[in-house]
Amino acid sequence: MNIVVCVKQIPDPAAPQSLDASHNLNRSGKLILDEADTYGVEMALQLVDKAGTGEVTVVSMGSAADVAGLRNALAMGAAKAVIVSDDALRGIDALGTAKVLAAVIKRESFDLVLAATESSDGYTGTTPVQLAELLGLPSITFAKSVSIDGGSVKVERQTESGYDEVTAPLPALVTVTAGVVEPRYASFKGIMAAKSKPLEVLSVADLSLADQTGPAGARQEITDVVASESRAAGEKYVDEGDGAERIVGFLESIKVL
Amino acid sequence: MALSNIWIVTEPSNGSLTTTSLELLTQGRSFGASISAITWGADPAIAGVAGEYGATTLYDVGDLGGALPGVPVASAIAALVASVGAPDAILIPTSYDGRDIAGRLSARLDRPVLTNVTCLADDGGLVTEHPVFGGSQTVKARFTGEGPGIFVIRAKSFAAEASGGAAATVVAAPPGDVGATGTATIAATHVEERVGPKLEEAAVVVSGGRGLGEADKYALIEETAKLLNGAAGASRAIVDAGWVPYSHQVGQTGKTVKPTVYIACGISGATQHMVGMKGSKNIVAINKDPDAPIFQIADFGIVGDVHKVLPALIAALKARS
Repeated sequence: MNIVVCVKQIPDPAAPQSLDASHNLNRSGKLILDEADTYGVEMALQLVDKAGTGEVTVVSMGSAADVAGLRNALAMGAAKAVIVSDDALRGIDALGTAKVLAAVIKRESFDLVLAATESSDGYTGTTPVQLAELLGLPSITFAKSVSIDGGSVKVERQTESGYDEVTAPLPALVTVTAGVVEPRYASFKGIMAAKSKPLEVLSVADLSLADQTGPAGARQEITDVVASESRAAGEKYVDEGDGAERIVGFLESIKVL
Repeated sequence: MALSNIWIVTEPSNGSLTTTSLELLTQGRSFGASISAITWGADPAIAGVAGEYGATTLYDVGDLGGALPGVPVASAIAALVASVGAPDAILIPTSYDGRDIAGRLSARLDRPVLTNVTCLADDGGLVTEHPVFGGSQTVKARFTGEGPGIFVIRAKSFAAEASGGAAATVVAAPPGDVGATGTATIAATHVEERVGPKLEEAAVVVSGGRGLGEADKYALIEETAKLLNGAAGASRAIVDAGWVPYSHQVGQTGKTVKPTVYIACGISGATQHMVGMKGSKNIVAINKDPDAPIFQIADFGIVGDVHKVLPALIAALKARS
């Protein structure tokens, strides 16, 4: 069971975020492994463990100036990492990203591709399915549980009203939600081992994709960025045992009660 | 360039269309374009609903035979583009299946997609708005290449209003051969029972977060919601922690709600949560941290312990009923 996990290194969501002059997310600071991706890495490690054979490969696209996030995935237990990093990719959109990832994944031997349902910075949420289409794979999105049954993947997929049991023959692509598994923390041994694991940095030229990348390939543009209509803070009281009473009074004032 | 032709993906739901689908039909109509709806499931009742909200043509992909909709519906739309020509725009609801359809279609047509759209205006071509950074800023964007543009639009971005149109003309739109991509099939469906109004439609939403401390305390949220004839919601933190099902989640990755009043209990106000509830008419927050970001957008804030305030609120509401 060989599993490819798509991961993204993002600016720390806890730090202040901003857009640069070209309206791209400012990624100049420290980059971390998107927490949303840690679930896919963990899921992959557990599935490979259960199969008793195979390995986990993480693939990514973006700046390789800081690869701490990828090292983190390796420290968790992934066998190797591949990142496509190229200035020509700046401003690329979701479909362009999917094309780049597809080109990388085609070089790998895999049974399953895992991804998060969406990244925590761009949250476009379409890249995995675009990738599945480009790779000619069936896809099951929004998995809250994943298991392998012979040559098929079985998924509990979230729905508006509950969940569906969905199956697809391998190879397939599955997107996992947070909560599909509890991601492990990298052990000291894992962190030491990660330092010597293969981490390959590829350029666009390595993948023969030059004409489809960057903002020209995106075929969409940001025309403006404006401050949203803000809500002003209203009344605030410290509860002196009268908090509930005050809420009732407010609900009466807006005629909810 | 005036918009002449818009296609709208409309999701069937219990003999009708989902509310977001109706919102999209309403908005599409406002551009003065000819509206074609795309659906699946071969339910004869849908033509009437689609027509009532302004669609003149209803392309029906037919019974999917248990397949997830993403692949067959996208394949059918791509086939339509090839046979009848591309529309000016394709609008798709933000939903589990809507996002699958958008991704598949984008790759099939080799067209980009704009997602998380909350506003769509005709300004010599369609211009979108997307909330970023927890809704503190709005990005405006448009397509620059050859169409059709694919727009994935969030729930509650527009109001749904019937136009009173006649039933749409149904045209079969088969998916064609989808090969290996179409092999994901639904083996069983599980419905998690919810009592009371739906989260997206409730006038009152009471949501709980990490401040509840433990899963059992979510019962306080459910009871308060019930007493107010409202729906119980949750922050991503406690959904991730497994305290409540995902269907309760409000926020960027969950549902968008715009109730008359939203009561946030033990929710600090992470940006990804705020995106989903910022449009509420009134916001009440209960949090023990006086500096919690949620207070910056709350019309009425109580700095206090939810474990004390909520039982008192429940008692007060019970005393009134």
